Amino acid sequence: MSLLPLFGWFDSSAVGEAIRESTWLFPVIEAFHLLGLAVIGGAILLVDLRLLGLGLRRQPVDQIARYAQPWLIGSLLAMLGSGFLLFTSEAVKCYYHDAFRIKMTSLFLAIVFTFTVRRKVTMAEPGRVGPLWSKIVAVVSVTLWSGVGIGGRWIGFS
Amino acid sequence: MSLLSFCEWLENTPGSIALHESTWGYPLVESVHVLALCLFLGLAVMLDLRLLGLTMRRVAVSEVAGRLLPWTVAGFAVMIVSGALLFYGIPVRTYRNIFFRIKVVLLVLSGLNAWVFHSTVYRKVGQWDLQPVPPKRARVAGALSLLFWSGIVVAGRMIAYNWFDQNP
Repeated sequence: MSLLPLFGWFDSSAVGEAIRESTWLFPVIEAFHLLGLAVIGGAILLVDLRLLGLGLRRQPVDQIARYAQPWLIGSLLAMLGSGFLLFTSEAVKCYYHDAFRIKMTSLFLAIVFTFTVRRKVTMAEPGRVGPLWSKIVAVVSVTLWSGVGIGGRWIGFS
Repeated sequence: MSLLSFCEWLENTPGSIALHESTWGYPLVESVHVLALCLFLGLAVMLDLRLLGLTMRRVAVSEVAGRLLPWTVAGFAVMIVSGALLFYGIPVRTYRNIFFRIKVVLLVLSGLNAWVFHSTVYRKVGQWDLQPVPPKRARVAGALSLLFWSGIVVAGRMIAYNWFDQNP
């Protein structure tokens, strides 16, 4: 089954059309999306640096993860909301864009990884996860989230 | 030599032309500029939030600043170099752009804010290092930093649009 009709429906929805036809809406939503990027980047890097034994390494990993969590979830929701609005205004273009597919695949994998494996590792009692595994988890996390960011930037280049 | 004639001269240098006409060069620099935002601003935001007492309340402010600043400085260096390259590739149009000018003003303001913070209230950080909510002057510095940097991000994004271009 092709998703094209669904993407076409988003594209021709009232919201998609309003954003497309306004001069201001798309840039303003995108600027908001960028602000979310800074926060989510900070919330992820704070923990991944710690897993790598860098950054705030005098604090236990689970403590740092707990501090970062509300900011991660809050900024992720802001990103998903604003990203969805941007998407509706150019859904059919996105359908044909490789960068969009790369971004969505990375995003799916990043979210699943972050809230399963990474969550388990960061919330584990100190000493239960070896430094090598912690580092691997951090590298996978940074790689997946970078894929989301790079894919996102590349949607704008056509 | 006016700023405009400098930009016109810069625009005709071989390097600027090469960057401007490259298929991949400019988008690549732009991508680096955007993604380094996570490293630089992401961690700077975390420090600002600590100054506001909104996160890491039980971690010493000096520890957050000391352990994160090297990363934000590295990220800032990437931002400056990639940002300068973005300007170098399109100098005249960028110079005329109102959002670019706003961004430069906000950058100066945020630099001043950081300088005032580090040379006043942060000097006595020993007295309030472990307070969950730092003193008012530190909170103001954190809030101003968030405000200025938000403005810088928004203005930076808007440089792509030529509304209100200036003509001097």
